[in-house]
Order: sequence, then structure tokens, then C-alpha cells
Amino acid sequence: MSIRAAVEWLANTEWSIALHESQYAYATIESVHVWALCLFVGFAVLLDLRLVNAIFRDVPVSDMARRLLPWTKAGFAVMVISGILLFYAIPLRTYLNIFFRIKAVLLILAGLNAFVFHHGIYAKLSEWDVGVTPPRPARVAGMCSLVLWAAIVFSGRMIAYNWFDCGKPQARLISAMAGCTAGDIDPYR
Amino acid sequence: MLLSLFQALENGAIGTAVRDSLWLFPVVEVFHLMGLAVIGGAILVVDFRLLGLGLRPHPVSRLARDVQPWVVGSLVVMILSGVPLFLSEATKCYYSFAFWTKMTALLLAIIFTFTIRRSVLFAPDGRFSPRSYRAVALTSIALWSAVGWGGRWIGFS
Repeated sequence: MSIRAAVEWLANTEWSIALHESQYAYATIESVHVWALCLFVGFAVLLDLRLVNAIFRDVPVSDMARRLLPWTKAGFAVMVISGILLFYAIPLRTYLNIFFRIKAVLLILAGLNAFVFHHGIYAKLSEWDVGVTPPRPARVAGMCSLVLWAAIVFSGRMIAYNWFDCGKPQARLISAMAGCTAGDIDPYR
Repeated sequence: MLLSLFQALENGAIGTAVRDSLWLFPVVEVFHLMGLAVIGGAILVVDFRLLGLGLRPHPVSRLARDVQPWVVGSLVVMILSGVPLFLSEATKCYYSFAFWTKMTALLLAIIFTFTIRRSVLFAPDGRFSPRSYRAVALTSIALWSAVGWGGRWIGFS
């Protein structure tokens, strides 16, 4: 079974249709997604700003990580769960949405950035924990993270817009990136 | 009276420009969301501290001083991006319960943040009890959450 066939199957499940047609459930889930954005992206941004030496210069990086990361992770969990539900409410259109695909790639890049930071310069944290400007690799990681999360918020918000939906007249590159097939029709035509 | 003002605003230059453009509204909205993330983080991290969570070992006043420019800066971004969004659909907002809820909460949140909350945050250590800290933090979180939820629901009405 192709991914698309799986997504089409998902779109026809009873709960997906119920969520799609609900008056309040979808809006409530989206509000939770936005609220958790404050906690997750807000705290992630504070950590990044600390890495680029723009805030909390007297607070050791280790303290920021130890005391804020658990909340950041909790916020991320809420983001993922509410995000999956938002996808589940509109599976096929979301799967074929170019901004959704861009967002997925950017999320992977953000994960890689965090991984490289954690296993790279963060391993030598004792040398730059507090009182000094974080070393260049840490500043670069913080800056990359800020740019990536801004781009993720951007592409996430854009999923709602249908400019590039399959079935609309489209540049071939965009159709290919969105995974459109010849028979697709515009869901909002 | 107020309705005709809102209608005039909607038909003004900025409102018309945002409404007539395909991409202006979404792009301005993204800046609004990014501002939300920053103000959310900057407010929450201090409220968490007041609740005894997060950056516990650090003095409240120092954390508050550090986040202050980010709170003010992101609030400016929120307002600068929020006004054109409002102008583009002022009449809809006039009839929107979510809009008036949000604006009431916003007014209260701003007053609270820059008066009571501010004086508690910058008071000498030990001046206020943990219970007052908790009350301030919970009020702040409740008010700002109402602003956020109200704002999101303008789009659903």
C-alpha cells in the first residue's frame, strides 16, 4: 500500500470525518496547538537567545537546559499530539499540501540541528556554561534554530491556504513537490 | 456610531490593501504568530518562576529585567501586525464575540502586566509571599491565555 493509499484510507475513517465535520472539536484542537506554541516555541526561543548571548547572560546554560527543557519537551508533546489530530481531521488535503511537506522537512532539520548541537559543542559545556560568550558553534546552532522555528511557524500557518492545492493550475515543480497526480481535483473548487 | 467607525476603518487604505492582497493577510499573520511565541515564552518563563517552576534558583527581579525588552518588543510586533489584520475585517470583528473578549482580556492583561505584576516582579526579594507570587502568575497566565484563545477564535467566527 502506498502512503497516499494509506492516507486516503485514513481520510475515510469514521473519526476522521467526525473531526472534520465537528463544529468545535477542530477549532479547539487548533487553539491548543497555538497555546502550546507559546510554551514550546517560546521556551525554545529563550534557549536559542541564550545561546546567541541575547538574554539571561547570568543564567548558566546548563541551568536553562535542566530546568526549561522538560517544559519544552512537554510543550512539544502537546504540539505533536494536537498536530497529528489536525492532520487526522484533513488527511489527504494536508498530505498533498506543499507547505505541510516543507514543514515536515524543516522539522527534521530542526531535529538534526538539536542533535548536532547536543552531541557537539554541548558536550564541552563546562568550558562555556556561564560568564562567557557561547562559542561559535553554539551561537550558530542557536541562530539556525531560531530561523528554522520561524520558518516552521510560517509553513505551518500556510497549510491553511489553498493557493497550491492539487487540481489548481500549477507549475509542474509545485505539483511534483505536493505529490499531485493527474486526476486530482481542487477540493475547494 | 462605533459600527460606522469600524466600517470606515475597513474601507481605509490599509484595510483595503490587506483585504485585496492574496498573501498580505497570511504573511502579516505569521509575524503575529511569531510575536506570540516570543511574548508567550517571555511571560511564561517568569510566571513559571513565580509558581516555583523552571528557573527557580534565580532572583525574580533579574529574570524579569532580562525578559523585559523581549516582552515590550514582541508586544510592539503583535500590535503592529494585529492592527492591519483587524483593519482588513473590522466589520466582522465588530460582530465577533471572540474579538471583544480578546480586546477586553488584552486591555486587562496589559494593565495588569505593567502595573501590579511589574511592581511585584521588581520588588526586593522577600517582600511578597509565595502565595502572592502564585496569585500574580495565575492571573497573568489566565489573562494572556484568554487573549490568545480569543484571538484564535476570531478566525473561526
